[in-house]
Amino acid sequence: MTDIDRRRLLKFGLAAGAAAGIGVTGRAKAAEGEFILPERASGLGRPVLNPPYGQPSPFEKNVIRRTWTKGPLEQGSSMTPLADLHGIVTPNGLHFERHHSGVPELDPDHHRLVLHGLVRQPLSFSLNDLLRFPSVSRIWVMECSGNGNSEWAKPTRDSVQGTHGLMSCCEWTGVPLATLLDEAGLLPGAQWVLAEGADSAAMTRSVPLAKALDDALVAYAQNGEALRPEQGYPIRLFLPGFEGNMNVKWLRRLKVAEQPFYGREETAKYTDLLPNGKARIFSFEMDVKSVITRPSAGHLLKEHGFREIVGLAWSGRGRISRVEVSTDGGASWQPARLQEPVLDKCLTRFTFPWVWQGEPAILQSRAVDDTGEVQPSRAQLVAAVGVNSYYHYNAIQSWKVAPGGEVTNVHA
Amino acid sequence: MSTRDWAWPLLAVALAGCQTPASPHRFGIGTPVGEGQIAAWNIDASPGNGGLPPGHGDVAAGKVLYDAACAACHGDKGEGVAPFPRLAGGQGTLATAKPVQTIGSYWPYAVTVFDYVRRAMPFPDPQSLGDDEVYALTAYLLYLNGIVPETADLDAARLAAVRMPNRDGFIPDDRPDGGR
Repeated sequence: MTDIDRRRLLKFGLAAGAAAGIGVTGRAKAAEGEFILPERASGLGRPVLNPPYGQPSPFEKNVIRRTWTKGPLEQGSSMTPLADLHGIVTPNGLHFERHHSGVPELDPDHHRLVLHGLVRQPLSFSLNDLLRFPSVSRIWVMECSGNGNSEWAKPTRDSVQGTHGLMSCCEWTGVPLATLLDEAGLLPGAQWVLAEGADSAAMTRSVPLAKALDDALVAYAQNGEALRPEQGYPIRLFLPGFEGNMNVKWLRRLKVAEQPFYGREETAKYTDLLPNGKARIFSFEMDVKSVITRPSAGHLLKEHGFREIVGLAWSGRGRISRVEVSTDGGASWQPARLQEPVLDKCLTRFTFPWVWQGEPAILQSRAVDDTGEVQPSRAQLVAAVGVNSYYHYNAIQSWKVAPGGEVTNVHA
Repeated sequence: MSTRDWAWPLLAVALAGCQTPASPHRFGIGTPVGEGQIAAWNIDASPGNGGLPPGHGDVAAGKVLYDAACAACHGDKGEGVAPFPRLAGGQGTLATAKPVQTIGSYWPYAVTVFDYVRRAMPFPDPQSLGDDEVYALTAYLLYLNGIVPETADLDAARLAAVRMPNRDGFIPDDRPDGGR
């Protein structure tokens, strides 16, 4: 037995004796920097099933969704804490939220999905019906097209959660919408599908038939378990790569028609005003985008030396093909390492080795997708669409690192 | 090689092509429904696919409803009470540095006002209004925006015929902006 082993054993014996009420007194304080075994009230930890559905460590209590919504939160959004997450999959309890009239409580035994309109046989499906169909499971990113809309005119939010947190990525499982449309039988003239939710707002969006027949999913599961209520329980529409609003939650009705429906959500909202007063309509795909999550605004770099820069890149149009990182505000760029898997319309994790010795730095990342689309600088984006488009802000994000290590959100 | 040796692969291909039970063209899952059964859910109204119900409502009736159920959030004249949206005014501002997007300045179709009010308003109590009330509110909102006269009484045909000021204000998606 080595000297250290003997000391560990001795301290463990003392601690156990104290816990058992033996009344050991006069134990010497551990020397500075010495590792000692923890004292415990009992020799055992918590049993199984405590709780039956596992929760994060209480030390992670600040890793939560946060909101910047003004007004009633039934029509608000909450954002994913991207700086505190480490992979490409967002835990279900941290997926961003956006509701228009609150979260309805739907009993899956009574919920029905109706498919009607320009179909040969209108049908209704129970959840049990949907579970019988051939299923698909894919890891896909979803981004609200308002993600980053606080950043058009000036840097506003003090964290990557606030600038980019209306974006999450999960494994989604369900029935291809094409299968359901085939089951009902499309009639000539079918061009659009109205999707309607069972929330109080009965929110609607028009989906082009081409997307409905391509990779659209009626999803009933998220990261392997039933959808969370705030994600549309028991079923939602999932349109990979399309703006979050179209992924209608609490899906109740699909109506096939010849024309788009020009609902409020696709005319008054989710249209993109340009400087000439015209607005883009039906701008569905989310553009290529990336952001450094660590370090990011609100962080304080306490140590000089090596630290890895970590970030996320995604595109609603395809796979990420390249990410570059700049530590000098875009004066020079170097390739980041992309971590596998690099999936279609999914988060891709990237890393970049960095040695920081206290010099001022501006950290940026720039992504390119496999359609060749390049993430624009803010100056490029503003030159193209002005600052009043509100939606589809995908500019390069800049984090300024001060000599004292404070990281802040800047436009550079 | 015996006949059996080479025939088995051919048989497997034939089975995969026409006899495997895994993926029929249709599955026979789901319950047929008639349009009458789902009438209560079938509430969409749109410029291209129809759906405006029978009934009518005028500006005067709309004002009474608006003052009682809408003005607290949207202001006495549709000017909006932050953070709730402004509903009136703003025409001529879309190409300026401070665009004001309202029903009158921005929305391309009047039918959308009916569809949205019917399904989602008033915010605390959606789908509580009858069709005549929704016609009346729609008439009043269009009146506040100077689009219909104070005497307007809207029904399905008259509402569908209203031409909005920004009807031609929308263009197809021409992104990406960052270039390829």
